[in-house]
Amino acid sequence: MKRLWAWGALIFGLLYFFLPLVGMTNFSLKMRRGEYSFDAYAKVFADSRFQETFTYSVTMALLTIVFGILLVVPTAYWVRLKLPRLRPYIEFVTLLPLVIPAIVIVFGYIRLYNTSSWLPLTGSALGTDMLLMFGYATLALPYMYRAVDTGLRTIDIGTLTEAAQSLGAGWFTIISRIILPNVLVAVLSGAFLTFAIVIGEFTMAALLNKPAFGPYMQLLGANRAYEPAALAVIAFGITWGCLGLIQLVSRLQKTAPRQA
Amino acid sequence: MSSNEVSAGASERQPFRLPLHWLGVVPFAAFTILFLIMPTMKIVIGAFQTPDGTFTFENIGSLFTASILSAYWISIKISLASAILGCMIGFAVAAAVVLGGLPQWVRGPLLTFSGVASNFAGVPLAFAFLATLGPLGILTIFLKTQLGIDLRALGFNILSFWGLTVTYLFFQIPLMILIITPALDGLKREWREAASILGATNLQYWRLVAFPILLPSILGTIALLFANAFGAVATAIALTGSSLNIVPILLFAQIRGDVLGNPHLGYALAFGMIVVTGIANALYIWLRARSERWLK
Repeated sequence: MKRLWAWGALIFGLLYFFLPLVGMTNFSLKMRRGEYSFDAYAKVFADSRFQETFTYSVTMALLTIVFGILLVVPTAYWVRLKLPRLRPYIEFVTLLPLVIPAIVIVFGYIRLYNTSSWLPLTGSALGTDMLLMFGYATLALPYMYRAVDTGLRTIDIGTLTEAAQSLGAGWFTIISRIILPNVLVAVLSGAFLTFAIVIGEFTMAALLNKPAFGPYMQLLGANRAYEPAALAVIAFGITWGCLGLIQLVSRLQKTAPRQA
Repeated sequence: MSSNEVSAGASERQPFRLPLHWLGVVPFAAFTILFLIMPTMKIVIGAFQTPDGTFTFENIGSLFTASILSAYWISIKISLASAILGCMIGFAVAAAVVLGGLPQWVRGPLLTFSGVASNFAGVPLAFAFLATLGPLGILTIFLKTQLGIDLRALGFNILSFWGLTVTYLFFQIPLMILIITPALDGLKREWREAASILGATNLQYWRLVAFPILLPSILGTIALLFANAFGAVATAIALTGSSLNIVPILLFAQIRGDVLGNPHLGYALAFGMIVVTGIANALYIWLRARSERWLK
């Protein structure tokens, strides 16, 4: 009896997950009348705007990841090593982007950094790109910081630092050659999540008028029938890929210390 | 601040060093102040200012007009409906896997898939549901041709309240599964054994032992799911265009083109969003702290 209920609940949940996925995949293959084909995908991939916006979003994602690593790894390390009392405050700040909706943050950017302000970032293309990257870094901050901080917990940074210092290493060497390799798995899982977030992000890019993948998808969705479903399949594949890579690297992390 | 105390302690040991420890967090502090705190403060302060900068409550007062109130009300209803339904369905699925005697191999893939699905929000999610429950969607057609159920005639429309709620559930249910599974794991076998030794029925065990222990977790997760749905913009816009009058869409339109005719009313609208998600998150944190007492 209990098992019957359990199977029922599970099957209902799975139907809920899989029907939309089946629906979108099925729809994306139906562009040619009366038979299944990859026409919608061919159309999407051939569209120069798809290539441009996708390249733009991938570039932004990579820049955001690099920036995020440069910002978060030294900070998390330093706070754990020297300023442990600050930890709760820093952690609180890194969780704020989960509380404040992205649309509010970007609204603040537009008002704070407009062309007539003290830091007119929205005045130039490069400035807006930078602003968007900072925005993405803010959205990814909760995930990135938590991943790195958890990674740091598993190693003895005090001893590692002292050992490196007594061998004559400077701070740059310590962070780049001792700490970063040791938390690489944590950094990577933060990076993949950042990638997944940035690729699909819509609100910030749309409001800052940037030619990113999210707004392109929305625009295509408003004007076409079959291509959006193909795009959704592609986007789902990317999310799935990123999360799969996280699983993979964290499994590697679990086995790594045993090998050492 | 506490950084001063720490560096003061350090300078006692090394008397000729300047207390420079705090310099290590300057880049992080500068970044968060410039791109998180200050933009938010700008909105909050702007909500209490007139266009020429004097203090006023008028913007907040203007929120209480019929159209804006109804936008908040619909937003809150959608968020609440998707949070409660997501919580119930997610709980049922998680309970089935953890306690229902299902084979062990179900668990890993389910949690992995939940991780993916809870991140699959935004524009593509809207497309997936349009392709499934839209006018030409696979499920709509199937129900109509095979079972003779016309969703449209029954009043269901993907671009409506229930359409949006059903769509949001796609990321709400997996999030619930991810959060509640550890809590269900925390229910100790001894409690159930103790209850049954004392003669409790299954229902009594759930009503008097398990449910009260899980309640803070469940309520906290509802608060989190609520905030999650309340801030969702992309899914709503991609699904409904701007036809549904909910707060994120209204704010989006206001930022795009000042549809309210008063820029500072936009600030107030955004401030209202922060207040709502802030309350929901505060509830979540408080309830989670309470639930951790039992579920260590």
